[in-house]
Amino acid sequence: MPTISVDKAELYKALGKEYTKDEFDELCFEFGIELDEDTSETKRPIVDGVEEPPQLKIEIPANRYDMLCFEGIAMNLNVFLGRQPMPQYRLKAPANGQLQTVTVTEDTARIRPYFSCAILRNIKFTKSRYESFIALQDKLHQNLARQRTLVAIGTHDLDTIEGPFTYEAQPPEAIKFAPLNQTKEMTGKEMMEFYEKDKHLSRYLPIIRDSPVYPIIYDKNRQVLSMPPIINSNHSKITLNTKNVFIDITATDKTKLEIVNHIIISMFSQYCEEPFTIEPVNIVSPHNGESRTAPDVTPRKSQASAKFINSVCGLDESRESISDLLKKMCISAKPSTTDEDVIDVDIPITRADVLHQADIMEDVAIAYGFNSLPRQFPSTSSSVAAALPINKLSDIIRLESAMAGWAEVMPLTLCSHDENYAWLNKQDDNKAIRLQNPKTAEYQIVRTSLIPGLLKTIRENKRHAVPMKIFEVGDVCYKDATAERRSRNEKHFAACWYGKTSGFEQVHGLLDRVMMMLKAALITREDGLKDPKVQGYWIEELDESTYLPGHSAAIYLQIAGQKAKQIGSFGILHPTVLKHFELPFPTSTLEINAEVFL
Amino acid sequence: MTGTRGPVPVMAQANGPSGDLNLELLHKLETQDPLQTQDAFPHISQAEIKGVLDRLSSRLMVTYTTHDSELVALTKEGQQICDEGSHEFKVWDVVRKSGRLSLKDPALATPQAKIGQGNAFKLKWIKKDGDSLVPIVTDSVTDATQQLLQEVNDHKTMSDPKLLKDFIKRKLVTTQKVITYTVQKGPKWAKEIPVEAKDLTADMLQDGSWKTATFKPYNFNALGEPQNAGALHPLNKVREEFRKIFFNMEFIEMPTARFVDSGFWNFDALYVPQQHPARDLQDTFYVSDPAEAGPPGPDPSADVALDAMTNTNSTKIKLDYEKYYANVRAVHQDGAFGSIGYRYPYNDAEPRRLVLRTHTTAVSAYCLHRLAANPGPVRYFSIDRVFRNETVDATHLAEFHQIEGVIADYGLTLGGLQAFLQLFFDKIGVSPLRFKPAYNPYTEPSMEVFGFHKGLNKWVEIGNSGMFRPEMLLSMGLPADLRVYGFGLSLERPTMIKYGVNNIRELLGHKVDLSFIENNAAVRLDKD
Repeated sequence: MPTISVDKAELYKALGKEYTKDEFDELCFEFGIELDEDTSETKRPIVDGVEEPPQLKIEIPANRYDMLCFEGIAMNLNVFLGRQPMPQYRLKAPANGQLQTVTVTEDTARIRPYFSCAILRNIKFTKSRYESFIALQDKLHQNLARQRTLVAIGTHDLDTIEGPFTYEAQPPEAIKFAPLNQTKEMTGKEMMEFYEKDKHLSRYLPIIRDSPVYPIIYDKNRQVLSMPPIINSNHSKITLNTKNVFIDITATDKTKLEIVNHIIISMFSQYCEEPFTIEPVNIVSPHNGESRTAPDVTPRKSQASAKFINSVCGLDESRESISDLLKKMCISAKPSTTDEDVIDVDIPITRADVLHQADIMEDVAIAYGFNSLPRQFPSTSSSVAAALPINKLSDIIRLESAMAGWAEVMPLTLCSHDENYAWLNKQDDNKAIRLQNPKTAEYQIVRTSLIPGLLKTIRENKRHAVPMKIFEVGDVCYKDATAERRSRNEKHFAACWYGKTSGFEQVHGLLDRVMMMLKAALITREDGLKDPKVQGYWIEELDESTYLPGHSAAIYLQIAGQKAKQIGSFGILHPTVLKHFELPFPTSTLEINAEVFL
Repeated sequence: MTGTRGPVPVMAQANGPSGDLNLELLHKLETQDPLQTQDAFPHISQAEIKGVLDRLSSRLMVTYTTHDSELVALTKEGQQICDEGSHEFKVWDVVRKSGRLSLKDPALATPQAKIGQGNAFKLKWIKKDGDSLVPIVTDSVTDATQQLLQEVNDHKTMSDPKLLKDFIKRKLVTTQKVITYTVQKGPKWAKEIPVEAKDLTADMLQDGSWKTATFKPYNFNALGEPQNAGALHPLNKVREEFRKIFFNMEFIEMPTARFVDSGFWNFDALYVPQQHPARDLQDTFYVSDPAEAGPPGPDPSADVALDAMTNTNSTKIKLDYEKYYANVRAVHQDGAFGSIGYRYPYNDAEPRRLVLRTHTTAVSAYCLHRLAANPGPVRYFSIDRVFRNETVDATHLAEFHQIEGVIADYGLTLGGLQAFLQLFFDKIGVSPLRFKPAYNPYTEPSMEVFGFHKGLNKWVEIGNSGMFRPEMLLSMGLPADLRVYGFGLSLERPTMIKYGVNNIRELLGHKVDLSFIENNAAVRLDKD
């Protein structure tokens, strides 16, 4: 969730009230934002010898792009509190009636196909408004625009450039201009090198770097406005004194293109000489059918069922009172004249998060107060409680092991490749799930055995008195080409003895005990092989490099008339395995597949 | 340590040093009552004396009082001075004997001789004459240092505290705390210790000797024998409490035995847009091998489990997975089922990507879609492991456990969810609750659940909840009037709050202290 820092004194001034921390916290809670921090009582950064005024750090839901700046938070809270109506945004052509024009060339389809723009006329910036304007663009770039990959914004002093404008795609070598805050002109290619080491901009370079053409916006005199999504030109940069702002927006996602435009103009048109007016621009883009006058500030017409809203909220409100509640959430609504259940709603351009009448219903619930809703208990269930069979089986093994004096541990399921294979003297059997993007080498694969986790637990507990007797019942994961997820979990049971003697008979004894509790008797190998109806288990010597030679056994189970199969093994760990896991004392382990008992 | 647990150790009766000492002390006490231990046993250590006194006094044979005092003892250097005279005396003595001693004489070269020389000058015993020393006093001198140390040697005390401090500083003496005892006959005094039985034995019952036996007193201040007990993991103990609550509220446990899931089930089916930050490599573990998932379809192992629990027959359940996929795709790309959708070009590769599930809601989606074959009220829950590609710190691990509950029913209301959660959290002692509007891609409305924590005296976020979006349920084929609650919390967080654990690594993973597992009290969520 994004966190927005706003000036506390200015926000309270905008809300017309000096809130106490608790009061403001409560207001945030009711509305569904969160006061993360009030810096009044903490040390604040000092800029140019002046300590930053107290800030409120407010967490905003990830889909409320209209609250990513001071203006949006103040406006939404003021409307919620009934202190102001939802602003009505209007388009207003310039005095001469001539709209600016931007022509989009077909080449842009090769790199960044969509373009939108708007003009804010006679805007009055102050230092804090200007900073908020820049910060909002930054927040939009980070969040909705996914680090500028989907949408990029450029803002320009319109009085330094001259329309008509063109949005083109040109080879990097053909582009040349002085980028923002630089005096030297550079080609597109040179800029890629120039910004390679820039902490802030370097991360955006890959979006276009390898493309044969870069997006570029020119005015009528071939003066560059910006090279999205990387940088604006220095020539057209806005300052505190800028009166007329030209906003260019380029995108690879058409929907988010307009959302970004709507958010910027709805947040900052209030500072225009005529508040809430926006000067539209003609966009000529015939090759992809995107020619239009942008932006469109008409609210989206939608409908909601009063019955649905009342039913989910557990209320019995009239359509009129529902409409009143919605006004607090910036949604203009009125009862339909043609259908007695329907409420006609106008979703303003700020509310891109509203997708369905469920979203409208939620706004009614928020306006009514989540904590004021009638809390009647849901109707009774027709379910009969049931435990997952594999969990019931696991619980039997867990309880029996604990009752036998062993301690349950819960290591992680992710581990390094070496821990799962090489450290156990095992070859990679190509059964493990490999991770694509772990942050550390600790997490390379999903374990295929519980043993590494047990040994790591012992390693971290070497100060504990010996012997240590631990066990785990947990999932391992294997590749499985036949399954939809190309993998399957398998429930394993494993135990580990660590002490001054090997504990071989101890893990063997635990196996016998658990087998007895699962109604599997010890039988001889010969009896088992002779008659598949004989149920039970036997062990036979195993030659496996994980264990000390001659001191390990394979465990065979014959159950439910099925042919006997190996379900696991136990033995004294090979001294080289102990060395890998930094264990100075002899150790024996046991591991079986528990699912065979399902 | 021997003697700290269980009964008092048996005395070695007549043989062994303590045994002798027991008798010796009793004998001496017969004629000398009260008795000062430092006088009666000057060469026996205090610890040994104390052991004997405790044994005898626990049998009421003696009583005793303890005295602390401070003794002064000579250091090695102090002892030497006491025996041979002070450094200045030795210098004077050698100068006197030779009558005239060159300053370069080897007898004056040691550091002690240098100190002695200076002191002898100050005492005016000797003087310098050219490059030699000659005596001033020729017959005898009073060696005060030696005399004082001799007194310490004889009486173990030093009367002048200032001098004592000085001598300690000069490392000639040290002080030692000494504990001594005054012993008197006790109510059950006897010259000999009666033979004591260590414990009641089968033989004693057999031969009747229990009737006359004297039993060794039990040490009521010590712990009993350690039990070498097994233990269940504290986190699993909490998990078990939650499972019981769910079972008591008629929930069915969901088949969550799959750590790997597809982008479809983990994200797309839950209406998480394909550009959502939760799907970033920064947040989600993607699988590189195997390469990709198959198309969505029935999961036989999950179906077997669900059949066993709910008396259904999955082979008779007919679900159109292709249609389901097309519906999900349509909701994302163009909007459908009353939603305007996210309106972006849907990428069919994303749902095929394999991930380590980031939430068990991937399984809830499977169960809810399966419910569409025979829709009706149902309650599902699960508690199982989920994975996030987090940077590990005190509150974040790459894996943890999610508790999830799902309730499907007709006519559910938002206030009903609040009432249900109130009831649920009441059972783990969290009350009252309040609810904050929140955002979650697959629930609308969404509510964060806050509980009042009495210990911390503040509201703490304890979980998330909401009603699944209609377009998510409708695209599964569930009827429009069947509404579904979902709620979730981590298993670790309430456990940490409840038991004051500050670091999640002390609760889950291989770094957990085994003693913590072995000694953690039983979990009683309604009590603690």
